[in-house]
Amino acid sequence: MLQVTHHTLPNGLTVLLKEAHSAPVISWWLAYRVGSRNEPTGKTGISHWVEHMMFKGTEQFPAGMLDREIDRAGGQWNAFTSMDATKYFETLPADKIAIAMQAEADRMVNAQFNPDETESERTVIISERQGAENQPTFWLQEGLRGSAFRVHGYHHEIIGDETDLRTMTRDDLYEHYRAHYCPANAAAIAVGAFDTEDMLAEIERLYGTIPASSAPDLFARQEPAQTGERRIVVERPGKTAFLEVCYRAPAATHEDWMKLKVLDAVLSGSSGASDNKTSRLYQALVKTEIAAGVGAWLTPTIDPYLYSILVTLREGRTPAEAEAVLLGEIERLKADGISEEELNRARKQSKAAFAYSTESVTEQAYWLAQSFILGDVNWFDNYAERLMGVTAADVLDVARAYLVSRQRVVGVLQPIEAEEEQTPA
Amino acid sequence: MSKRQASIPHSGNIERAELENGITVLVYTNPAVQSVNLMSSVHGGSIYEAPEQSGLASFVAGASMTGTANRDFDAIHGTLEDIGAALNFSGHKHKVGFSGKALAEDLSTLVDVASDVLRNPVFPTEHVERLRGERLTWLQYSQFDTRYRAAKAMREALFPEDHPYHYGAYGCEESIAGIKVEDLKAFHSRQYGPAGMILVIVGAVKAGEALALVSDTFGDWRQENPSVVRCVDAPTAGAERGRQAVFVPGKTQSDISMGIIGPARTADDFPAAQLANSVLGEFGMMGRIGKSVREEKGLAYYAYSRVGGGHGPEPWTVNAGVNPENVDLAIESILAEIERLTTELVTEDDLADNQSYFTGRMPLRLESNEGIASQIHSMESYRLGLDYLLNYEEMIGRITREDLLAAARTYLSAEDMAVAVAGPEHPGL
Repeated sequence: MLQVTHHTLPNGLTVLLKEAHSAPVISWWLAYRVGSRNEPTGKTGISHWVEHMMFKGTEQFPAGMLDREIDRAGGQWNAFTSMDATKYFETLPADKIAIAMQAEADRMVNAQFNPDETESERTVIISERQGAENQPTFWLQEGLRGSAFRVHGYHHEIIGDETDLRTMTRDDLYEHYRAHYCPANAAAIAVGAFDTEDMLAEIERLYGTIPASSAPDLFARQEPAQTGERRIVVERPGKTAFLEVCYRAPAATHEDWMKLKVLDAVLSGSSGASDNKTSRLYQALVKTEIAAGVGAWLTPTIDPYLYSILVTLREGRTPAEAEAVLLGEIERLKADGISEEELNRARKQSKAAFAYSTESVTEQAYWLAQSFILGDVNWFDNYAERLMGVTAADVLDVARAYLVSRQRVVGVLQPIEAEEEQTPA
Repeated sequence: MSKRQASIPHSGNIERAELENGITVLVYTNPAVQSVNLMSSVHGGSIYEAPEQSGLASFVAGASMTGTANRDFDAIHGTLEDIGAALNFSGHKHKVGFSGKALAEDLSTLVDVASDVLRNPVFPTEHVERLRGERLTWLQYSQFDTRYRAAKAMREALFPEDHPYHYGAYGCEESIAGIKVEDLKAFHSRQYGPAGMILVIVGAVKAGEALALVSDTFGDWRQENPSVVRCVDAPTAGAERGRQAVFVPGKTQSDISMGIIGPARTADDFPAAQLANSVLGEFGMMGRIGKSVREEKGLAYYAYSRVGGGHGPEPWTVNAGVNPENVDLAIESILAEIERLTTELVTEDDLADNQSYFTGRMPLRLESNEGIASQIHSMESYRLGLDYLLNYEEMIGRITREDLLAAARTYLSAEDMAVAVAGPEHPGL
């Protein structure tokens, strides 16, 4: 497999290139180091809203022009705002990639933020939040974040609080854009059917002329240490109860993160390759008919975040009994560790997951962009190797260090009858 | 043949064989990857179940993975998960499909497990009851999902109770509660067999080796008294006019689902209908509907249309999520775009844009094993011919503006759309 080449333009733009000639396709990404993590109170959701405004056009590429040109070429394009980053991508037939490269260079500096379009987009974004609110689990996630993070920007949802979405102005958005969209705060990534030398020359031509500026001071506040277990209960109309148990997890670049990833593969089976029916939590919670499903998430983040386990309860079973079983499994893990058989299964699943994820140039480019955001451009390329290096003893160590009650946040979504819902007059 | 054409799956590079028992096997070698994908189907969809047992076909599909004559639940899943492989069954209207993936070195294990769960499920009572509970939980949760409720209300308005499309693939709480193990076994015995089965393998495997493997594993499968393959016509009664309003407590947004009977995938005018749909609610930022409802009026985060295709008269649908106060305006805006599409020729630019979009997106659809397998399975399942993709550009290029207008007029009607809204109470409901 061809390796990633890493370059930095004089204006500070990071460039990551990886040739892949399996299909005549190129995926082109621009990743900016700004996300909901960097938003102060009153401006929550601003990174995501700016992402929406980036699709409203520039003088060179008016609104609708890129939609048309990229669709005409049979391409895909989209953007994602996460806690840590805002990423834009276009995947196109290789001979059509030029327009994507030109357009991303242009909108790094020339997005217009027309006041009328800003207002029109305000209602679209509020609609997006209200659509998410229709899912009862959204309220549980929002409550858990708020409980787990009092100070750090991870405390609010990426979409933002509705009160901020109603009060932020066009100038707030434009200021956020001007402050964070610059070469020194970004990376350009290409994966696909190209020649690295030619591609780099084209990037230098299109992006090298963008003026240099120093990297922005990113708003970020450190979360103080948690001093005891926290618990929340959310009540929503419905019939289904959920339990979510979260533990504080290290940053993705911390040496313990990959050990926790193996722990997670054994505990919940979240390998990304196959199903999870042999995992400990499936066997303990679903097979015993306490839960209808169980899943877990260890998200790779810049700052310490959470390892979260979500249990969907069956009718007639309670969050309390699910919690007792779940915590019992965690205590068993902390006492006895994992077997070599479980470790080998996690390793094989990782190898398979890596193979599946490298079939698509879009997915490869995504992970390179994410590696840049995490501050280690080799993070993805070394992923499988680092995972293979984790031992059973490592897993036992991190289980004992991280899965402790003092660092736990427990949330319950309690279904209620519709008429029980109380709203202030 | 150009270099680009040579990279497209076609009759010259797809190995196709029909086994004596009626299974059609298609293999495409993709040396650029380390993995293999399976995609398969048998005639075991929901159209073969009785209305009072709606959800049975999907239940059989799900329960197939819970135990066989040779492997118990843990052995099935342990075998797959030990090697990072996946195998999933899914029930659809006409067929039950199964798809799987594994590292190329583990293809024989994947095929062996797939054959076992397809041919020899025993439906252990303990696991059937567990699966029943999981499905009931999902159905209960869905009652509070506004998208699900709107789509269900639209579907039930469009298809009367005596039509098989009236019912959802997952059934309802009453029907799922009443299904017995004997029902699962009987349905499996009746519907699962080699006749008409399609099996596609794509990935880092030589065609000859894959064909030999399938022949060795599935070649001795026989079925007594297979059921007759069923066709489904459009309902004779028209859509129930007027809005279906579904109150779902505790919600802040309303979901709109609109639909009308669309073309089958095999209809001659399906490609023209697909192009017309793209103009209506797909191309660019969700076509004309997206431009009107989202971009110009700022009413919705999502608003798009989709022409279903499939083996029967699938609905042609429009979906949008809006603030309750904007429901009426969004519906009127969508109906206005449907009216426009059925009364005016699309512009030359619209046609050219969408033709280019349809032909240009092919390389991305063929980027992964799964994408290639899906295309090959469709070519075989809908009898499009194995050179369908090779001729695709030319076929799309022949479609005219008049063809789009004719397809839109044949299927769409602003007056006859079934309209359902699910959400909080508001003046429009």
